[in-house]
Amino acid sequence: MSRDSFAARARRNASFAVGAALVAMLILATALSLVWTPYPPGAIDVPHKLLEPSFAHWLGTDSLGRDIVSQLLAGARVSILVGVIAVGIGLIFGVALGLAAASAKGIAEDIIMRLCDFTFAFPALLLAIMFTAVLGAGIVNAILAIGIFNVPVFAKVTRALGNNVLARDYAMAARAAGKGPIAIAFEHVLPNVAPALIVQATIQFAIAILAEAALSYLGLGAQPPQASWGRMLSDAQQLMFLAPRLAVFPGLAVVLAVLGLNLLGDGLRDLLDPRLRARR
Amino acid sequence: MGLYLLQRFVLLLATLVFASIVVFGVLEILPGNAAQVMLGASATPETVAALAHKLGLDQGFLVRYLAWIGGAAHGDFGLSYAYDSPIGALIAQRLAVSAPLALIAMLITTIVALTAGVFASQRRGKSGDVAVMAASQIGLAVPNFWFAILLVLVFAVHWHIAPSGGFPGWEAGLRPALGALILPALALGLVQAAILTRVTRSALLEVLNEDFIRTARAKGLSARATLWRHALPNALTPILTIMGLQFANLIAGAIIVESVFTLPGIGRLIFQSIANRDLLVVEDCVMLLAAIVIGVNFLVDIACAAIDPRLRRRVS
Repeated sequence: MSRDSFAARARRNASFAVGAALVAMLILATALSLVWTPYPPGAIDVPHKLLEPSFAHWLGTDSLGRDIVSQLLAGARVSILVGVIAVGIGLIFGVALGLAAASAKGIAEDIIMRLCDFTFAFPALLLAIMFTAVLGAGIVNAILAIGIFNVPVFAKVTRALGNNVLARDYAMAARAAGKGPIAIAFEHVLPNVAPALIVQATIQFAIAILAEAALSYLGLGAQPPQASWGRMLSDAQQLMFLAPRLAVFPGLAVVLAVLGLNLLGDGLRDLLDPRLRARR
Repeated sequence: MGLYLLQRFVLLLATLVFASIVVFGVLEILPGNAAQVMLGASATPETVAALAHKLGLDQGFLVRYLAWIGGAAHGDFGLSYAYDSPIGALIAQRLAVSAPLALIAMLITTIVALTAGVFASQRRGKSGDVAVMAASQIGLAVPNFWFAILLVLVFAVHWHIAPSGGFPGWEAGLRPALGALILPALALGLVQAAILTRVTRSALLEVLNEDFIRTARAKGLSARATLWRHALPNALTPILTIMGLQFANLIAGAIIVESVFTLPGIGRLIFQSIANRDLLVVEDCVMLLAAIVIGVNFLVDIACAAIDPRLRRRVS
């Protein structure tokens, strides 16, 4: 096997390169939206409604005269926010549960894993819809609902790989040296499962963006005047015969963001998992 | 096989019970009383108490839970507060739209994914494979409701060859009814096919590396016969498993796509009920969909065990 540096291999990995570029665009758009948008994203300007794309409004305006580019930029902010928090919830609780399951073994492991299996066989978006319906529509509840379903995903990955690590000689040596299960979990298991967790986090980030768009489209996520790609699509649907282009741009934004994260995840998996690399 | 079936069946029942507790429990975590939520903030305490009594909400958690499950077990799903009619009949009416939609979508997914997956696996690394993989990568990123909107833009707004939404009812005849379902089913099915295509391809590639494939080819079997007789049956277990898991996504997707096309299915019923604060209907619908998904996954497990005897011995 070649002993190239990570950076050299990363440059040759097409998935990683394209994915990283798209994700960088998403992050830049978000950062830009925090300091500058062509117009205030929520600014209603009815006399200038439904304008065609022009120099003043690069992608035109919607039915209330709001600038599309400004809304798309502000929508990126919501997507990133949802992704970061929902994946964060999944990582914190999922990794803790997975480590606990792998360290505890026996009945505790069985119970935790059965609970995880159960959530896999359950339409997650359906429960998210029910949560937001019961707790009230809004971006915070949408993030919570999406985040909860990330927990079993990370728990499963952590536990499966954690069990592998715990069966290794160095983990047994640590145990023989008198290290407790918590110390072993943090010193040996966590560093070894981290690459897989990073890959999974990228993919869950993409799923979170899709879920937020769906919930917001249904009116259960971001509320007006908050700009969100899903909400822009539900607004655009009312005007499909009048201004079909309005339904195109927010969808493209979702696709590019999700595609970027998925490709980045694929690329990272190739780069971070030496076993996969050897098989190629 | 007998022991395996029994074990799976017990697991099925346990999962159903757990699901019902989760679904029922969500109502319990409501901030405040469910009757208050249904009636809104302006309701007087007397009307809230009367509705709570009518719906049986003044009884304890366990009593209500058992009454709910007991009723559902023999077809009594309770009364809708907004429609003031039996929920069972409401759901049956809506299922007549949602069930065909889901089935047609699953059919589209299966046909497209198996064809594309087999095609790609036979041309590994060549342009056909690359094209299928690129298309499926994009399919993974497309939200099904946006794809639905694009289909409407193209086929209804631009070409006028399909309705942009609504459902004429089965009594209007098979053609108009199916015509109203075809775009929604395409939106659901094609997007879902992306994942299954990738699974089919990788499952086949894995099997095609096995020794028995080489043996089959060495004894003079044609590539086509090897594919059908040896490769596909052995690749079927992962494909079926993913199909089962995808069914959950399909059901959730159907809710959203019904919304795009204003189809009077279960999804619409759920949303109308959310808007009407008709929480018992929401609860029943979600439980029904969950039960269908859990049941389908049970059948998939059984089918996989029937195909692959090794799975039966993997007693957990």
